[in-house]
Amino acid sequence: MTVTTADTAGPLATAPEGERPLVAVTGLIRRFDVSKPWLNRMIEGRGRATLTAVSDVNFAIPERSVYALVGESGSGKSTIGKIAVGLLAPSEGTVAIDGIDLHREASTAERRRVRAEIQMVFQDPYASLNPRWRVGDIIEEPRRALGPRAGSKSAGDLLEAVGLSARDAEKYPHEFSGGQRQRICVARALASGPRFIVCDEPTSALDVSVQAQVLNLMKDLQADLGLTYLFISHDLSVVRYMADTIGVLYLGGLVEQAPRDTLFAAPRHPYTRMLLEAAPRLDAFGREVPPPKGEIPDPINPPTGCPFHPRCPLVQERCRIERPVQRAVGETRVACHAVEEGRG
Amino acid sequence: MATPVLEVRDLVVEIPTRRGVLRPVDRVSFSIAAGETLGVVGESGAGKSMMGSAVIGLLSRPTHIAGGEVLLKGERIDNLGRAAMRRVRGKRIGMVFQDPLTSLNPLLRVGDQLVETIRTHLPVTRAEAEQRALNALLEVGIPAAEERIGSYPHEFSGGMRQRVVIALALCAEPEFVIADEPTTALDVSVQAQIIALLRRLCRERGTAVMLITHDMGVIAEAADRVAVLYAGRLAEIGPVAEIVQRPQHPYTEGLMASTPMATAPGQRLNQIPGAMPRLDAIPSGCAFHPRCPIGEAGCMIGETPSVATCGGRAACQVRARERDLSAMGIQ
Repeated sequence: MTVTTADTAGPLATAPEGERPLVAVTGLIRRFDVSKPWLNRMIEGRGRATLTAVSDVNFAIPERSVYALVGESGSGKSTIGKIAVGLLAPSEGTVAIDGIDLHREASTAERRRVRAEIQMVFQDPYASLNPRWRVGDIIEEPRRALGPRAGSKSAGDLLEAVGLSARDAEKYPHEFSGGQRQRICVARALASGPRFIVCDEPTSALDVSVQAQVLNLMKDLQADLGLTYLFISHDLSVVRYMADTIGVLYLGGLVEQAPRDTLFAAPRHPYTRMLLEAAPRLDAFGREVPPPKGEIPDPINPPTGCPFHPRCPLVQERCRIERPVQRAVGETRVACHAVEEGRG
Repeated sequence: MATPVLEVRDLVVEIPTRRGVLRPVDRVSFSIAAGETLGVVGESGAGKSMMGSAVIGLLSRPTHIAGGEVLLKGERIDNLGRAAMRRVRGKRIGMVFQDPLTSLNPLLRVGDQLVETIRTHLPVTRAEAEQRALNALLEVGIPAAEERIGSYPHEFSGGMRQRVVIALALCAEPEFVIADEPTTALDVSVQAQIIALLRRLCRERGTAVMLITHDMGVIAEAADRVAVLYAGRLAEIGPVAEIVQRPQHPYTEGLMASTPMATAPGQRLNQIPGAMPRLDAIPSGCAFHPRCPIGEAGCMIGETPSVATCGGRAACQVRARERDLSAMGIQ
């Protein structure tokens, strides 16, 4: 399902002309081998099976902006996040951060320099903090590992920057609530003085009122420190609050990317429209809209042509055969035959 | 007025511990009419699942009901023995829980689980039960139900599994269904399908539903009335449109304003300072007072305000007084 496209390279319209984006993702593909063990394959007469979690994804994030990836489970959003921070290697394509591709760069010094620019905030604040370490040590660790850099602060200062007290450095993670733990994770992410932070569903484990505290904090830090975020979420309302530019993922492919207001005002791709329709709203008491049809297909045997075609209301013969490529429509980039043909 | 299907009066749940008695549910009262969906919202630790478990008699020792009554169609069910309660659950009360994989038996075909439930609770033959099981699967929208009836739970996707659980909950034609976070584990597009399904089936059959969730969006779409819990107490209860658009309790106000859905892009989210109190440190007076923007000295002391003592919808004495004053024409 690899379709290389001439039309997909280059940053979005939101990137200032001529300026290199901080993060550039080009032709990114990641496959996982999900084959059964050798003996089972021999007995059952089956071949190897691969799951394409990310298929030909291209986007760019200008410095000091927030790019959000939204999608449902299995859309590949977390895989992209892990590749961006270097936790997974891409099968094909590149992720360049400040012009350096961590997986191909030969110079150790350059790799070290760029690694310190990248940090991550994970989804579950209960699983991402070592319960046996004091909070101060947890926060200091990135600085110890990556070496002191200009702009890095002490654990106490960092704790105060995220709204906790400097004395909390002496405590252990279990002494904190979920929201406070996520603040600690943010403080740790800031410790090495990074420019780029990947936030993978940072608030989906939190309650609404606590989620508001953490989102406000992350937004303030982004503005104050001039950070760049790759913000991964399944929640459109959170994304709407945080992002400058939004990319919508479906079954490993970007189906649409647009500046936030454009995406919400004029969604182009039928899947984006379906997502916006289906998202719960506060002003829709007893709303009786027909719910979306079907479910996400099996990524091991994805549909031919456009991956969305079995659920799409605008499906035509061409969608079943040919995979659409991203094309610019105004400020939006959308991969849909119907939109391209003016039917959407 | 007809007898409500479920009535809960002054329900108190207690957990005795070495350091004293904890009260995860404290004097909660509400009722649900036939065909009505009551949404129960609250953040983690508000006691919503504990209250749900108490209503259906699934508290595990040493947690127990320490006061109040639970009535199903006017009959008390909170004082039934284990065996009697088992017959009520499944027959008269259907249950849908958050994780569909753990609420289905992985070793039994879904058809057999349905047949077992139907035959336990209804006097039908095996053939009739099989026919009913098939109808139940068709009704919840399982494609190719004739074939899928022989599948095991792991062969279904998350959304389809939750449909099977709903079929299982409704197959004995219960009067009351309790759904505890039924869509939390599901994706947005599937969540919309499940909510629409639950609503349609329960309305058609006149089943009363208690929908427990932390998601205000789900509540706004699916519930007729809403009960807001805070620290085990009922903060506010009323029709969904009133609660969402004109909340009276400052906690409900804060909760509504902190949802990104209710916030215009570019605006800051409203945040409620602090966090839900722990069960062993519930503040005196109104439990919300340390976080409350309109709290007064009077909120810290004296009786815990309740919906009944404050009149109206919300358990807030400040708001009750404001209302009384404006009713008398004093600003």
